[in-house]
Amino acid sequence: MNESIRILYSILTLSLIYATPIIVTALGGLLSERSGVVNIGLEGLMTFGAFVTAAFVLMFESMFPSMGAWYAIVMGALAGALLSLLHAFICIHLKGDQVISGTGINFIALGLSIFLCQIFYQQQRTPTFRRGFTKWSVPVLKDIPIIGDIFFRDIYSTVFLAFLLVVIVYYFVYLTPIGLRLRASGEHPSALESAGVSVYKIRYYAVAMSGAFAGLSGGIMVLTQDTQFTATSIHGTGFIALAALIFGQWKPVGVMWAALLFGLLQVLSVFGTSIGFVSTLPQEFFKTFPYILTVLALVAFSRNAKAPKAVGIPFERGSR
Amino acid sequence: MNILELQNITKRFPGILANDSINLSVRKNEVHALLGENGSGKSTLMSILFGMYSMDAGEIYLRGKQEHITNPHIASDLGIGMVHQHFQLIDAFTITENIVLGVEPKKSLGRINLSTANKKIEQLSERYSLAVDPTARVQDISVGMQQRTEILKLLYRNAEIMILDEPTAVLVPSEIEELMQIIEILINDGKTIILITHKLNEIKRVAHRCSVLRKGQYIGTVHVNEVDEEALARMMVGRPISFDVQKSPHKPKKDPILDVKSLLVRDSRGLVAVKDCNIRVHPGEIVGIAGVEGNGQRELVEALVGDRPVEGGQIQFKGEDITHASIRYRIEAGVGLIPEDRQRDGLVLNFLLYENLAMKRYYQQDYSPHGMLDIERMTAFSDTLIKGFDIRCGNAGNTLTRSMSGGNQQKAIIAREIQKSPELLIVVQPTRGLDVGAIEYIHARIVEERDKGRAILLVSMELSETLDLSDIIAVMYNGHIIDTLPAKQVSHTELGLMMIGKNNGHT
Amino acid sequence: MDILDIRFDKRIQRIVPLIAIGSAGILGLLIILITGGNPLALLRGILRGFLGINLAAIGTQNPIFNPRYIGEFLVSAMPLILTGLSVGFAFRTGLFNIGAEGQLLAGACGAIVVAFMFPDTLPRIVFLPVVCITGMVCGMVWGFVPGALKGFLSVSEIVVTIMLNYAALFITNYIYLLLPHPNTVKTEEIPFVASMESPFLSDLTSNSRLHLGIYVIPFVVVLYWFIIDKTRFGFELRATGFNPRASKLAGIHVASRTTLSMGIAGAFAGLAGVMIAVGTFNYGRVLTGFENVGFFGIAVALIGANKAFGILGAGLLLAGLQSSQPILQAQGIPRDIILIIVAIIVLFIAMQQGIRNAIEASLLRRMVKTRRQEESLSP
Repeated sequence: MNESIRILYSILTLSLIYATPIIVTALGGLLSERSGVVNIGLEGLMTFGAFVTAAFVLMFESMFPSMGAWYAIVMGALAGALLSLLHAFICIHLKGDQVISGTGINFIALGLSIFLCQIFYQQQRTPTFRRGFTKWSVPVLKDIPIIGDIFFRDIYSTVFLAFLLVVIVYYFVYLTPIGLRLRASGEHPSALESAGVSVYKIRYYAVAMSGAFAGLSGGIMVLTQDTQFTATSIHGTGFIALAALIFGQWKPVGVMWAALLFGLLQVLSVFGTSIGFVSTLPQEFFKTFPYILTVLALVAFSRNAKAPKAVGIPFERGSR
Repeated sequence: MNILELQNITKRFPGILANDSINLSVRKNEVHALLGENGSGKSTLMSILFGMYSMDAGEIYLRGKQEHITNPHIASDLGIGMVHQHFQLIDAFTITENIVLGVEPKKSLGRINLSTANKKIEQLSERYSLAVDPTARVQDISVGMQQRTEILKLLYRNAEIMILDEPTAVLVPSEIEELMQIIEILINDGKTIILITHKLNEIKRVAHRCSVLRKGQYIGTVHVNEVDEEALARMMVGRPISFDVQKSPHKPKKDPILDVKSLLVRDSRGLVAVKDCNIRVHPGEIVGIAGVEGNGQRELVEALVGDRPVEGGQIQFKGEDITHASIRYRIEAGVGLIPEDRQRDGLVLNFLLYENLAMKRYYQQDYSPHGMLDIERMTAFSDTLIKGFDIRCGNAGNTLTRSMSGGNQQKAIIAREIQKSPELLIVVQPTRGLDVGAIEYIHARIVEERDKGRAILLVSMELSETLDLSDIIAVMYNGHIIDTLPAKQVSHTELGLMMIGKNNGHT
Repeated sequence: MDILDIRFDKRIQRIVPLIAIGSAGILGLLIILITGGNPLALLRGILRGFLGINLAAIGTQNPIFNPRYIGEFLVSAMPLILTGLSVGFAFRTGLFNIGAEGQLLAGACGAIVVAFMFPDTLPRIVFLPVVCITGMVCGMVWGFVPGALKGFLSVSEIVVTIMLNYAALFITNYIYLLLPHPNTVKTEEIPFVASMESPFLSDLTSNSRLHLGIYVIPFVVVLYWFIIDKTRFGFELRATGFNPRASKLAGIHVASRTTLSMGIAGAFAGLAGVMIAVGTFNYGRVLTGFENVGFFGIAVALIGANKAFGILGAGLLLAGLQSSQPILQAQGIPRDIILIIVAIIVLFIAMQQGIRNAIEASLLRRMVKTRRQEESLSP
């Protein structure tokens, strides 16, 4: 095979890997925002999920040699869900300011993660774990020309999980009764309440799910892109996911495309120096691009934004 | 037989006793009107019955059995449904999605079964002649169809008792007539309807019995065919009402102060809201714009004050073209505004009263020399206004505006605008939600301005207010002024017909 | 309505930050206790961070008071106060400036670039102000963009400022490496004439990094108060913040006020960046991530209730907590407890509305009760 084609394939495969946490977190953000609760605490929830996952992977390494990583990301998801309940309580029951609360969540998640590292490991990070997820090639499928090279060779299973979640979230949001209620809660909560459905309940579930997704995603990220948890393990991916959510206009498939684009840009910023034409651009160009692109998208969509109508507004029972 | 019995219902909100131990009995299969002025407690009472508010005291008996309705879901299970004054519909959803929300039929793999629902809704729609298309999106359908969607929501849930909250407020007369027919069909089908309204003619038209509330208290229940409208009105306001505004014959000057020529304005969605619109207002007269809500009045007013771009035509004020002038320029030139929604458009609720009263002056050299606020000057000014307009407030100019009553907030706006004595005063819905005393006061102040030789442009959805206050009436329909005529030459009914585009009211 | 009067409202406004700080402190102590630390050490560490008084040194040879701590405490307080003013200023116009972080970076970068651009033969009295003003202008530009997008196109300033934070981080890193740099983490030192360092202040505080910025801070705090409370422009900003629609109908040009407000907020944050760059460090730093001075500014503004002097106090409070971090770490208490305490304060302030509702509801219940009693007494 031609060398440059091979590099192209491996860049695309890496993009899928880098896009995975962005997709998962953005889907979580989608659930929360579609229910009407802004969640800018995604970055923090990812951080906390990453820490808990790393801590459990260290514990599970000897207990479950083969499935340890999977069990650990489940713990990460639970941790994210738990922490997000704090956000839910402040935003829903106390009708607090959702953006301020999200800011607080980002602070407390980082503080708590490092604090616990110090308590457990006497340092500001977890020890190095022996193995997180490992790359593998899917038998048979890997031999399909092109597709096999990109999607099924030297890849993490978590990539498939991310795409599966896109399908599940799409199905759930657009085809099920709960999805209908979720969308109603973000568009016109009092209509939902007068239809006899508790807006509080829907919003609690949605925020908890967003926490679980972010926690899961943080766990995936630390086990695929890192060898230990540190304060910079997540380095802004939560905010990139927020950008993907907006750029994808709050739709599962749109979010997926946006996340894939941002994943590609991240890969180019890291590995771009080895590719002919790309290496002429500074790597900061690729790092900056997703953010600038999101601002431009916001400007372009400003006349016709698809944000849920009631997002960010606390719901008061008995108000219309 | 009484299907529903409310006993001693009491509900307090901060500062007001909204329902003061109210009793109400509703018979099966009747149209029971609930009559009262704005703020009399009708909507609160029905929200309690529907489980939207919790009551502080009282009991609800349904079919003889005491029930505790703590949320709308329970109400719905008990066969009580409500059509709210502000529709509870989601614009982005189809009619079917709106109707099934909360009681969705399912099919395999946990999916919603929309096709079954579509069919059922079509059948219901046919049976009650509601003529709705289940797959249309709410954002694309008319207000009348939205209301019928709300009614279908109740039918879909097998509601027996249907509460309709001010159902005609947003409808044009022809739609009102359709609604009345639908109500009759529903009654023939065995439903019970509670009709919340303050429109006497509708009660005479469809209701069997009528209960009256006043200031949160239960006044009594009467058989509609045993009383006339005047008696109902007396029960509602507590004394014979005279909306006859005392005013001298009007003596307008010859040259118009405001001359609007073939104006073209779009609404927020980009649709044409005002087209080929011509209006003239002369000093010393009140021109009232009559029209059903949503026929371009709001956009017209916004264009006149400079809050909305004009795409065609011209606005001439005192002979000067101000079509594209800034808001502040127009204020300085002498255009005053008493806006539609005092809390949203007129006041900064978190400001102190003196700051609100200075909102249209603070920038003048007197009040902020060299860009620095002269707060003493501003409070002194507010003290004169508080005295002159009898604004009741706890702490003079330092009262938090949010803490004042609605009537006094409105007085503050009126004081602020009238003190500037603008040559053109635009007044929108000046008395909405106010008590009778405040209404009379505000009407008197408006007439006084007119007698001083100012020009007034009045926009009100209350037909009687427009008729009583105006010298000239301009009928607005579909963004267009279809007729202009002296108020004295037109009756309530004629005007009603003209408002729906049937231009056969006069000669 | 009587309970909702202005005095009551003001009282709650003052109480909420105090409740937040108190509860966060108690929770912080509890966390230390649960994780087996010594809560007294936390209190001692914080005291030392603020005042440089080392209680543990009493009775030993070591000096009890070390002015260097006060110097360093003030060095970290200054940028916090400035980002607090930045966030607070935007808040007063109803805008949430999460972008102080990026505006700060832009300001720092602008100052450093100018410091290298001109010959260092210029007199300090001319050069230093030019450096500072350039930094402020860069921060201002970084604030103008989200302000203008919000004002003229109604694009959420929250999202735009978050995005611009990252853009600033990467762009400034790129620019620093275009300047002369001995290694890839920092630029060369800037010339003295472009720096805010002050040998006098440093001597006074036994060689801390205290710099000339300390003379600027009081002036800036007063300026904030003056603009917001005393000027026509401030009146317009406040009106716009509370009710943009009513402000617009009163003739205020809301879009331009929004833009300007974000721009001025950016200038405050830019000045914070200037102080860090040419005051504290004297060279440009290539960062791998945010240092959260801008994000802490959100906490400062919230705790200070967006009032000039409240922000001053809150900035000092948070800086004191921050400078106690290394002391705590040395005593075996994880330094990150401070971040947790700040986070809890922020969360409590987010709950503000809930706390307010709870207080109002209990007052209301009491009022209804007494009224009922009065009613039953007088038939």
